[in-house]
Amino acid sequence: MIVNVMRGGPSTGMPTKVSQGDVMQARWGTHGDHAIITLTASNLQDLFAITVEAFNLSETYRTPVILLLDEVVGHMREKLILPEPGEIALVQRLRTSVKEGTDYHPYLPREDGRLPMSDFGGVHRYNVTGLMHDMWGFPTDNPQVAYGLIRHLVDKIEGHVQEVTRIKEYFLDDAETVLVSYGSSARSALHVVENRRARGERMGLLELQTLWPFPTDAVRERCEQAKSVLVVEMNTGQILQEVRKALDDPEKVFLANRIDGTFISPTDIRNILRVIQGKGV
Amino acid sequence: MSAKEYLRERFMPHIWCPGCGHGIIMNNLVRAIGSLGLKKSDIVMVTGIGCSSRISGYLDFHTLHTIHGRALAFATGVKLSRPELTLIVPMGDGDALAIGGNHFIHAARRNIDITAIIMNNNIYGMTGGQFSPLSGYGKMATTAPYGNIYEAFDIVELAKGAGASFVARTTAYHVTSMKEILEKAINHKGFSVVEILSQCPTYFGRKNKVGDAVDMLNYYKDQTVPIGSEKKKDNPALIERGIFVEEERAEYCSEYQKIVERAKRGQQI
Repeated sequence: MIVNVMRGGPSTGMPTKVSQGDVMQARWGTHGDHAIITLTASNLQDLFAITVEAFNLSETYRTPVILLLDEVVGHMREKLILPEPGEIALVQRLRTSVKEGTDYHPYLPREDGRLPMSDFGGVHRYNVTGLMHDMWGFPTDNPQVAYGLIRHLVDKIEGHVQEVTRIKEYFLDDAETVLVSYGSSARSALHVVENRRARGERMGLLELQTLWPFPTDAVRERCEQAKSVLVVEMNTGQILQEVRKALDDPEKVFLANRIDGTFISPTDIRNILRVIQGKGV
Repeated sequence: MSAKEYLRERFMPHIWCPGCGHGIIMNNLVRAIGSLGLKKSDIVMVTGIGCSSRISGYLDFHTLHTIHGRALAFATGVKLSRPELTLIVPMGDGDALAIGGNHFIHAARRNIDITAIIMNNNIYGMTGGQFSPLSGYGKMATTAPYGNIYEAFDIVELAKGAGASFVARTTAYHVTSMKEILEKAINHKGFSVVEILSQCPTYFGRKNKVGDAVDMLNYYKDQTVPIGSEKKKDNPALIERGIFVEEERAEYCSEYQKIVERAKRGQQI
């Protein structure tokens, strides 16, 4: 489990200033075809739960999970109620039942695609390598084996988007304007939505906690009926592009953002809403 | 015990060129392990990238073939979580001292109980004969077609300076002493560094016109002397071999365990 508390970039950028510029870096920050799970949260109570969730997903799918936070959530002090031990279900690692002395294939998936593990340094001796490998973990460039491994690594995540998707919904049922946001930006977005609802405006918020694999279906479903969709984030539009890809009419998707190391405020969002709603700048 | 019992013959033939010194080192390493009576399941071998690193795949231990220069970092993690296991980390000269230079000096400074074997062939063999930090001034390489202008590291001096508590040097020619040194290094509690000069006739030998594998082995025979040899006084260019450092010093995992105990006592109060 890798925690990246984003700060303004690129390069050494702006130390301790807020940014959400690493969304694509979390997705594509390594070379080669691969899938990855990336989670985020907007408040400390959610962050506690999602951290446990990150370990659970990591164990379930046998994959690194990136917890992608931003400076505001990272530095924030907030009330946190710690659950009792056992209150949050923990996923135990799937371990092999192959006995000592029997030929164990660490990289031979079961029928359900999962690979029971044997603790490294334990009863089975096997090879672990970063190279393309066969079912014993030995390096290979056999096309069939390489194809099978790439498909396995990608499909085990991309084939379970629904199971990995974590979202939070606020006033979405009849929303004509849907805000899509994540991390600390979602706090400003929620503030705007709550105020507008109080004035009777049909506005809702879709908060993403799973950024990768991108919850395309969930986003499409929640934004389908909306007249306009506003993505709120602190980068040049990294999630904006994904939302546009997810929708049949991408021209209704707009961006409210900041890229200057300053936290995006409700006023920033309201200014964009005025433009979208034709009320002038 | 026969050396064959340690091999994963399923994964052979190996990738090493004819005449390469690495096979000699692998042979002596398993013989040293055999005479120490270590069980295969008690040994973890961690390697990085390069010709030398492929040794882990061929041996029937718990084996971890990692990324360039970081074998010692991975090995440190394994050793800290399972201190009862014996950690052996064979590396190439480029892997250990260019890409992994920082990991090397800090592993030595920590004096963590790992045996680091540097299979020094003075070149990056796998990737096509680029000069390494052990090639030396004036040597030829594919990336130094007019001669290399970098001085080489002295692995023994570097390991001593960084704090390794066991430091030795031997060559692929001196197989008997190589086995004895490897036994002592593995047995030593602390960070052990064994530099083994290993011929690369394919690149270093060819580029520097020093002949074939036999010529290179003869070079190791003629150009190295035991530590303190009189010959070295007459010819300072000779390379010393033997055990340079063998000291009892506080070992990292043991010290860490003490911290754990101290913290636990603190909790009870």
